[in-house]
Amino acid sequence: MNPIKKILGISGLLMFVVILTAVSSESFTSAYNLENLIRRTALFGILSVGVAFVIITGGIDLSIGSVVCLVGCGLPWMLAVQGWPLPLALGITAIGAMAVGLMHGLLITKLKLQPFVVTLCALLLYRGLARGLTGDQTVGFGNSFKELRMLATYKIPIVEGFGIPVPCLILLVVAVAAAIFLNRTIYGRYLLALGRNEQAARYSGINTDRMVILAYVICSVLAGLGGMLFVLDVNSAQPVDFGNFYELYAIAAAVLGGCSLRGGAGTIVGVIIGAALMQVLRNMITLSNVIPTHIEFAVIGAVILCGVIADELVKRYAAKKRAERQAAG
Amino acid sequence: MPDTPPCVLEVRGITKEFPGVRALRGVSLRVDRGEALAVIGENGAGKSTLMKILAGVQRPDAGEVLVDGRPVTLGKVADALELGIALIHQELNLADNLDAAANIFLGREFRNGPLLQRRKQHEAARKFLAAVGLDIDPGTLVSTLPIGRQQLVEIAKALSVNARVLIMDEPTSSLSARETENLFKVIRDLKQRGVSVVYISHRLGEVKELADRVTVLRDGENAGDLAREEISHDRMVRLMVGRELSQFYQHAPHAPGEVVLAVERVRTPAHPTKELSFQLRAGEIIGMAGLVGAGRTELLQTLFGVTPARGGTIRVGGHTCAPQSPREAIAAGLALVPEDRKQQGLILEMAVRHNLSLPSLERDQQRGFLNFAAEDRISGEMIGKLRVKTPHDRQLVQFLSGGNQQKIVLGKWLAMRPKVLLLDEPTRGIDVGAKSEIYGLMEQLAREGVAILFVSSDLEEVLGMSDRALVMHEGRITGELTREELSEEAIMQLATGREALAA
Repeated sequence: MNPIKKILGISGLLMFVVILTAVSSESFTSAYNLENLIRRTALFGILSVGVAFVIITGGIDLSIGSVVCLVGCGLPWMLAVQGWPLPLALGITAIGAMAVGLMHGLLITKLKLQPFVVTLCALLLYRGLARGLTGDQTVGFGNSFKELRMLATYKIPIVEGFGIPVPCLILLVVAVAAAIFLNRTIYGRYLLALGRNEQAARYSGINTDRMVILAYVICSVLAGLGGMLFVLDVNSAQPVDFGNFYELYAIAAAVLGGCSLRGGAGTIVGVIIGAALMQVLRNMITLSNVIPTHIEFAVIGAVILCGVIADELVKRYAAKKRAERQAAG
Repeated sequence: MPDTPPCVLEVRGITKEFPGVRALRGVSLRVDRGEALAVIGENGAGKSTLMKILAGVQRPDAGEVLVDGRPVTLGKVADALELGIALIHQELNLADNLDAAANIFLGREFRNGPLLQRRKQHEAARKFLAAVGLDIDPGTLVSTLPIGRQQLVEIAKALSVNARVLIMDEPTSSLSARETENLFKVIRDLKQRGVSVVYISHRLGEVKELADRVTVLRDGENAGDLAREEISHDRMVRLMVGRELSQFYQHAPHAPGEVVLAVERVRTPAHPTKELSFQLRAGEIIGMAGLVGAGRTELLQTLFGVTPARGGTIRVGGHTCAPQSPREAIAAGLALVPEDRKQQGLILEMAVRHNLSLPSLERDQQRGFLNFAAEDRISGEMIGKLRVKTPHDRQLVQFLSGGNQQKIVLGKWLAMRPKVLLLDEPTRGIDVGAKSEIYGLMEQLAREGVAILFVSSDLEEVLGMSDRALVMHEGRITGELTREELSEEAIMQLATGREALAA
């Protein structure tokens, strides 16, 4: 289906949920809530853009939440517990995130392991590493590193009492770069091509292994960036559950936003709208007096399922129409 | 049993059409009790389709099937099995994670309620395994058996449902010489016991050895039958070929230039013990003939770096290159139009323009960014030059016809200006109009100095388009024919394993 139609569809759904929530709850439109919502959307949006690259290659990355945890616990551990200098800690974080993605990519392309298996093991591995590293203790920045934390917490004032959170700008930069990469560079074209048909892409002279590895590196680096911003935002991380299930939010947002798990399809704009939709849904449930908060997952699951079903039905309807047109003339 | 008619299975006037192709036209065939009947013919003569109809896999559009002289309808495989007709597939149909006994009785397990009666089943299986000369434990995992023994397990399975007619599609194609000999022994035993065997073979030597009678198909029709004493290599070839060459090809001989592709003692992973050598000159068109499985596609895939060579040297334009990937082959100036267009040649869910530009993106890039102007140019030029019928260049390739899809594959390589163009079955599944356009294009490219090597199972095409032809048989190049020496008989002789023709 035309990606623009898909974006319009998901935007419509987002608008609908926003209006529904705004009508049913007064606090939804409060500056505090909106700022928070935008910040959460931005943070999850960064993870979703990353996983979109992997999904476009026809793969999957289940380790995102654990990478978020490893970085989210590792950074305060290095800075606050060990007292290492900031550039060193950031350098280790960046290189570590790249190394993680590189390892996933190499295992998947060179050893031909299934992405699901590789990243499932990675999910367990990094979670365990984070817990071991910190001795399973909550780590945080306390009252130090105020300037660094402003990366996640500062708001650029727009009007009295409302500002745009910095992560929103970071997402904007990431998204624009990602969209340019995907649509304007030969590498983006290669990713879309190999996601549809890796064999034909290889027969066309594309180094498909290298492109797949690149996708996993991008995904892990953005997961690392997300993990850093998450911990800077909340100031403390519990290794046992920090970032739990975040990969599923990211994957769900990408799928809602038009990425096919079969590979080869997806737009960055769609993915970000998908991420926003997920966060508005969560927000709606939190604010609602009708829906109890503890059934949050059930509601989100049901909404995604409905979205995917609607998408499939529209696709079939379009295919039928096309067949009729062809039969007619 | 004097009252049993000798003829167990007979078909009369079988016709079968597939969209766009008439596979069989009024074909008749008869098998007697305890007889080994060989069915031979060129690729595409309709042999496999006929076997599938006999086994109930496909239903004929017209014609009758008689078993023991009584007309029957074979709608499903189960119908045929019921009547004692079993098909042994070319690719064996065993569940190789199960043991031999479980395979023999798959779907008909010995059981007591929901519980398997393993011991009983093994005992029963042993009897059928013995009948095919296999003394293995019925509990042996099929995956641990060599291919020849797996085939015998499948025959045992057929016997276990009281098959009286075994239909085998190229039963020896993947067997070693020893295994083949053993299979023939089993088939002779079965004949003694009154079981009939109908089998397709491309190996005329084996046909001579085993068959009681030969039925020859040509272009979906009966071309003739040979009785035991009439079977000879030459007679079989003559019946398989025997037709006029059409005036479809406008091939003008070229004055070939220097050698651009030199292949010396190259061994492909598919046939690692066979060495292949030949040369291809600029502006020359070489046709490569041979039967299915002769190793032609494998050779092209090796030249193109998909399955790197096990040894030997490949030189393109004087430079040695040992392509380890299509990427390296392309860099050396090679291009491949693969046999499997939809899997290897095209990205069906991408637009025409994006398919056409895919190999050129790297060359035309602007520091990593897409060069949309170059893409426009390539797409416009190729759609015009190849007369691709598409509403616009953003149409998805999957909605184009087979001929237009093939033109896209050609177009994406023409944009790369290759020195050597490798074509694997370039006109398979393409309508006549597009075919002749593709021939015209091959001609034009050769005149422009491109060296062309094409693999084709269509003998007419090889005769019509080649300056020279190479013929392969079981991984080896069995001969080279100049334009003057080219004839269908000469090709078939070499393709069926006869080394050189006595002049």
